[in-house]
Amino acid sequence: MRPGYAVAMIDLLDLDAQLTPDQRLVRDTAQEFVASRVLPEVGSWFEDGTFPARELAPELGSLGMLGMHLTGYGCAGLDAISYGLACRELEAGDSGLRSFVSVQGSLAMYPIWKYGTAEQKDEWLPRMSAGEVIGCFGLTEPDHGSDPGSMRTHAKQDPSGDWILNGAKMWITNGSIADVAVVWAQTDTGVRGFVVPTASNGFSAVEIHKKLSLRASVTSSLYFDDVRLPAAAALDVRGLKGPLSCLSEARFGILWGVTGAGRACLEAAVDYAKSRIQFGKPIGSFQLTQEKLAWMAVALGQAGLTALHLGKLKEAGELKPYQVSYGKLANVRAALDIARQARSVLGANGVTLEYPVIRHMNNLESVLTYEGTQEIHTLVLGETLTGLAAYR
Amino acid sequence: MNIVVCVKQVPDTATERKLRSDDKTLDRDAVDGVINELDEYAVEEALRLKEAHGGEVTVLTMGPAKAADTIRKALAMGADKAVHLVDDALAGSDALSTSYALAQALGRVGFDVVVLGSESTDARTGVLAAMLAERLGVPQLSQARKVEVNGSAVTIERVTDYGYDRVEASLPAVVSVVEKINEPRYPSFKGIMAAKKKPVETLGAADLEADAGQLGLAGAWSEVVDFAVAPPRAAGTVVKDEGDGGAKAAEFLASKKFI
Ligand SMILES: Cc1cc2nc3c(=O)[nH]c(=O)nc-3n(C[C@H](O)[C@H](O)[C@H](O)COP(=O)(O)OP(=O)(O)OC[C@H]3O[C@@H](n4cnc5c(N)ncnc54)[C@H](O)[C@@H]3O)c2cc1C
Repeated sequence: MRPGYAVAMIDLLDLDAQLTPDQRLVRDTAQEFVASRVLPEVGSWFEDGTFPARELAPELGSLGMLGMHLTGYGCAGLDAISYGLACRELEAGDSGLRSFVSVQGSLAMYPIWKYGTAEQKDEWLPRMSAGEVIGCFGLTEPDHGSDPGSMRTHAKQDPSGDWILNGAKMWITNGSIADVAVVWAQTDTGVRGFVVPTASNGFSAVEIHKKLSLRASVTSSLYFDDVRLPAAAALDVRGLKGPLSCLSEARFGILWGVTGAGRACLEAAVDYAKSRIQFGKPIGSFQLTQEKLAWMAVALGQAGLTALHLGKLKEAGELKPYQVSYGKLANVRAALDIARQARSVLGANGVTLEYPVIRHMNNLESVLTYEGTQEIHTLVLGETLTGLAAYR
Repeated sequence: MNIVVCVKQVPDTATERKLRSDDKTLDRDAVDGVINELDEYAVEEALRLKEAHGGEVTVLTMGPAKAADTIRKALAMGADKAVHLVDDALAGSDALSTSYALAQALGRVGFDVVVLGSESTDARTGVLAAMLAERLGVPQLSQARKVEVNGSAVTIERVTDYGYDRVEASLPAVVSVVEKINEPRYPSFKGIMAAKKKPVETLGAADLEADAGQLGLAGAWSEVVDFAVAPPRAAGTVVKDEGDGGAKAAEFLASKKFI
């Protein structure tokens, strides 16, 4: 049997029965790729703190996973639920892998595709969808995370019309391996995005080490020291809605993705509970263990329902930003709680990289924080419910 | 080159399979269908032949309406078009009546080479390629772990117990493949989207210009007379190593006449 063929999948609500045959093919391709290419090695990537991006990017590209929900320029043009499913299966492998794909497709390709000039699209998108060129997205700064509107990075036009970019970004996924960065900066007319080739003079990137989460993912600081860009480098969007529209795309992928991480943890816990013998019985035969497993399965089912429902709304063009916040908040929290429960089921084995659980658990701490912390998404819902904004 | 690859939808081996109580044939409605695993290798080989020699890959399948999912997968992998043989009159076919229906369809579709998996995971008769070649009056090259086409000749490495035979024949021919032959590609997302637009022709029994008595259950020479659920496997013997594990294992093997 081929590796990864017919992976058993816990889905108590039979949610996948609602998928179309094409959506199932998308799921299977992502699942088989993860099983054969990622799972055998991802534990070592995590342990070594590396992600073989240059090797994986062309493989992901040839499968159509980079910019999968965009059209043209070599992109597959998948529907919203297929995009979600692919994220789910990639994140059942590792959140770092899904992050790579989210950043490339939703945060780097999407703004160029949506707000770029025809020349920018032709220059970057075909090579990005093929995985020959890697992109990153620079919004967060050392002193400005949840409040990106206060960012200090700025761009000024000199008399020739060129933009001069100065400042720094931090926590940027793919930063030091990227060929192109979409950088958000203050200008005289508000926040704007810039397409910045990383080979530009004055651009530098330094990898951030000592992370204990998302270790199979490259995270970096970016520095801009009088980086000169042509007038056309500025994307055609003004204000924070530019970066927020990209984040909305990526967050949709996250609220699906984390259901994959949660499922992987539950599956590991069920397997372990059936085979680990204590007091002469499998630990899965104790009611306390069963309660944990049942609780995890219910949390996973709820998260899956949320993802599928929001997928249908997105497909219909009706998905609202606060609903994306709802999904990101609810599903990441569910996945993290599932991971913690699963970790306890695995006992001491639960703290090693021999099993996937602690890797997912640690990864999900980053997922809880990036793309809007759980507190910020809570405030979004609070504002939606009361009409009163409580951010400041 | 006109390449036809035969694929079959089979019950997912991971699920429990059931026979129907009336005619004792496989209940295909009760289980999830997946593409027969060896047929994925056949599709891959067909695509590689096309990539090397040009031409077109046509998927041919016989099966109920839901076998369309299996066609979709083969098209998503890269096949160009498909023919779906679907008719209640074809239900209950055994290998003999299947080979008859497929041969009639192949006569209509035309081919330089027919590629198929060497057996299916449901019935596992492993005779379809031979029957098909016989009915079509063309050479059969079976159990191929390597296929090469050179002009009008096709050469394969046929897997044997002792190694392999090199077998050559002239085209047109029927080739069945084993899983050593290649590593099937996954359908790419672009392939999945492109498959939506590829032509699928549906044929019924009437389109086959066939002798109705040779089709489906009516044309089957084999009949399932009775069936029973396999007894659950008895618990295995656990040998605990208390210094004499080796000797105990040897004793066990000797008792089963393995050594
Ligand atoms: C692994 C990783 C990868 C990342 N990749 C990227 C990337 O590619 N691009 C990018 O731009 N960024 C990236 N980020 C950054 C991420 O988006 C930020 O970390 C996040 O927005 C939070 O910002 P902060 O870390 O500065 O936390 P802060 O904003 O300082 O928040 C600290 C705490 O205070 C809370 N808080 C802040 N404001 C409020 C408030 N008004 N009310 C209540 N609580 C509040 C937060 O919720 C949080 O709990 C990444 C982060 C990580 C960890």
